[in-house]
Amino acid sequence: MEPGEIHALLGENGAGKSTLMNVLYGLYQPDEGEILVDGKPLKLKGPSDAIGAGIGMVHQHFMLVPVFTVAENIMLGAEQVKGGIAGFLDRRRARREVTEVSERYNLQVDPDAVIEDLPVGIQQRVEIVKALTRDVDLLILDEPTAVLTPQETEELLTVMRSLKAAGKSIVFITHKLGEVKAIADRITVIRRGKTVGTASPEASRDELAALMVGRNVRLTVDKSPATPGEPVLEVAGLVVDDDRQIRAVDGMDLTVRAGEVLGVAGVQGNGQTELIEAIMGLRPVLAGTVSLIGDRIDGWTTKKVLRAGVGYVPEDRSVDGLVKEFSVAENLVLDIYDRPPFGAGLALKPDAIATSAKERIEQFDVRTSSADAPVGTLSGGNQQKVIVARELSRPLKLLIAAQPTRGVDVGSIEFIHSQIIHERDVGTAVMVVSSELDEVIGLADRIAVMYRGRIIGIVGPDTPREEIGLLMAGISPDAAHERSTDAAPADGAATDGSPASDAGSANEDEA
Amino acid sequence: MSNDPTPQSGSPDKEPASEAQAAQNALGNTERAELATEPNTPASKPEPQQEPRPSLGRLFIDNLWAANTFTVTLLSLVLAIVVGAVLMIISDPAVLSTYSYITSRPSDAINSSWTLVSEAYANLFKGSIFDPEAFAGWLDGTNSWQAVLAPISETLTYAAPLVFTGLSVALAFRGGLFNIGAQGQATIGVIMAALAGFLLPLPPGLHLLVAVLAGALGGAIWGFIPGILKARAGAHEVINTIMLNYVATYFLTWLIVQNGVQDPNRTDAISRAVDTSAQLPRLLGDNLRVHAGILLAVLATWAVAWLLNRSTLGFELRAVGANPDAARTAGISVTRTYILIMVFAGILAGLGGSNMVLGSTASALTPLVVAQIGFDGILVALLGRVKPWGVLLAALLFGALQAGGNRMQSYSGISLELVTVLQALIVIFIAAPALVKAIFQLRAARAARLQTSLAKGW
Repeated sequence: MEPGEIHALLGENGAGKSTLMNVLYGLYQPDEGEILVDGKPLKLKGPSDAIGAGIGMVHQHFMLVPVFTVAENIMLGAEQVKGGIAGFLDRRRARREVTEVSERYNLQVDPDAVIEDLPVGIQQRVEIVKALTRDVDLLILDEPTAVLTPQETEELLTVMRSLKAAGKSIVFITHKLGEVKAIADRITVIRRGKTVGTASPEASRDELAALMVGRNVRLTVDKSPATPGEPVLEVAGLVVDDDRQIRAVDGMDLTVRAGEVLGVAGVQGNGQTELIEAIMGLRPVLAGTVSLIGDRIDGWTTKKVLRAGVGYVPEDRSVDGLVKEFSVAENLVLDIYDRPPFGAGLALKPDAIATSAKERIEQFDVRTSSADAPVGTLSGGNQQKVIVARELSRPLKLLIAAQPTRGVDVGSIEFIHSQIIHERDVGTAVMVVSSELDEVIGLADRIAVMYRGRIIGIVGPDTPREEIGLLMAGISPDAAHERSTDAAPADGAATDGSPASDAGSANEDEA
Repeated sequence: MSNDPTPQSGSPDKEPASEAQAAQNALGNTERAELATEPNTPASKPEPQQEPRPSLGRLFIDNLWAANTFTVTLLSLVLAIVVGAVLMIISDPAVLSTYSYITSRPSDAINSSWTLVSEAYANLFKGSIFDPEAFAGWLDGTNSWQAVLAPISETLTYAAPLVFTGLSVALAFRGGLFNIGAQGQATIGVIMAALAGFLLPLPPGLHLLVAVLAGALGGAIWGFIPGILKARAGAHEVINTIMLNYVATYFLTWLIVQNGVQDPNRTDAISRAVDTSAQLPRLLGDNLRVHAGILLAVLATWAVAWLLNRSTLGFELRAVGANPDAARTAGISVTRTYILIMVFAGILAGLGGSNMVLGSTASALTPLVVAQIGFDGILVALLGRVKPWGVLLAALLFGALQAGGNRMQSYSGISLELVTVLQALIVIFIAAPALVKAIFQLRAARAARLQTSLAKGW
């Protein structure tokens, strides 16, 4: 990093960008290797060491206290006190500092506004001001635009430029190519925890996308051509809100047929999670229908959906998939504990559960010390195998697997993939949702790309990865106008850095 | 187990015990593990120094000294007793005065303190478990066999309602709910049981059954309210159960003085007495207070243990308690489970309330008829590590402290409140395993897990 440089860190989800930056900020300890600041190795024991070394961070999820005012949030952790031992908070000084910093860098914030009343873009500005009041020289912005509207994004880019002019260095983490090209001086691409290349902003989008997604690494999955049968899952006009009551799935149509794998690709946060939860009865369907072999299943309870022959591998195994304190055996019957042979009336049948657990552990090669070990003691891959084993051990009509191999070692990935394909071959309809493009391409017979709550395009698995990548970025071949709304911030911001907009339109032409 | 080359051969039965305990915390199988460790403790005192093979004794001490659940519980008791002794000395002016000249004659201070403390604790023991003088008297024929069993009888009488309220809190806790409302549920239980006990003219046997079930029903209703509020409206059960405690208490106070409820021969706040046909039978004759409530308590403990570990409902309950998101994803109805948990907790607390008026403690409603069994139940549940059989043991300990405290007060002049202080201290030390660990320099960081298990309900 040079002083006064904006260095973009580019990579897919889970590539290790955030982890790297958390290490820089002292939140995680490095297992090996070292960090050099001004040529000197630095040992960071916590964020306060990092701040001391002049490193500040704005997290993807803001670290603000919603009910405090801007000034209170900014002094939090570095409270100035007066009155000696009585320790009164020096609010006036905190306010003065806020005003000072916001004037110096042209970052307007009202020090007396309460955080929860502020729009997201301003909250982020507060985070930046907070970092700046600590006199940092290096500012890390972790996916700062993920939560921003196009206008807010543009404002942020302006702020970054003025900070750069003031001699601060910025690490800008993102996976949005347009922004990178608009603002960065240097680009480092990370994939699977390794630096795969450094590029200048003059590089074309295609080059960057290729670096980011990785043309060469392709986990191949051996499979025969699919023999699609009748439609099993039919989704029509589905509308679902996310937890913040913001539209996440917006009029979506989708069909999965028996004996095929439909891959749903897309950058995370484009409604995939909500789509699945709506199908599973975990999230209310606001409009539209979900049908399973002709039966309307929207409005059904989760239990009824599972009983109807739907297998579900949830996206976040530790939150939704497993009860960590429960044993492997108990987790293997988590959704069938009350069905024969595991439960009869009110009684559980521990023997049946144990016998079945033994078989599953063997069949799915789950590495565990015993069936009674708490599942939380297993490795990520083996935890995932427990879920897959559970879901595949009953007759299924439809299997929904969300991020089936996230955080799973390579060996387990192969195994889980082969199990999914095997399930397809016996005639189950399979829907795989993954933000790993390799996985979707490897498994799917058809790929549906989701963008902003809709299917933006359905393509075959032989489609060039770059084309899918562009679809994931919202650039649809036959809907160019959609792209113009989406990429507006990048283009608008790039008016003073012309190469970006040139490359952008070039891509559009190609497509 | 630091530098031991043969861990397996060294101590075949102790190793698994601690292993099991490491894994047990959130699981349902601790009863076995807890009992498995128990035989170890008596042996612990004589053995420290002699080491037949270096590995064996070493391993044993290390295991015992590792801050596992059982050790922490035991040491918490020891600490509470030590602090209690200090309090006794401070609160006794005569003994305290000897400390003013401790430098010139330390023997005075030490002797008087020792006499005070040892007698007090001896009385605590004699009043709750076994009185050697009564035993000698029975051998001589000066008193009856009942005097020998009197301490145990008292202990069991005090323990029985605490088992129920302790199970109530523990069951809810396993389902991820913090039931502060056992007191209120027990209060409604006591009201319903008493009303059924003196208003319904039923034949013996049936009358008792109806009265006990009425108590359970009362508690169930009082548990259902916060349960459905939590499930349907997301209202926090801690707030609601606390508020319902007040409602129940004042409803009881109001009800007692109503016509048809108040004892017609009395002007003070006391209700009519429960018919003898609705009273729990005494187990050891009329002179000893122990009644069938303790048998019901053991039965309830078994039932709750079965429910938790061997039933589909218990599976749902534990899953919801440990990870509601995963439970919901697996098709378990979290709202239904919350309601059921609170109803079951209410039933148990209501049964505890029935014990207070159908047993031998009282036979009529008074404003204080429920005593503190609901709040003590929280302590019992925590002390029992929210495991059914652990709760039973904890309730027995609390019952013993109550029974022994009575004797300690009348014989040694130590205020009964000291017993409450002891109970509180025990629970404080248990809730702060890190403190116990620091005081005794325990190894291993297993104690840290206890904190999470106790702090989770919030």
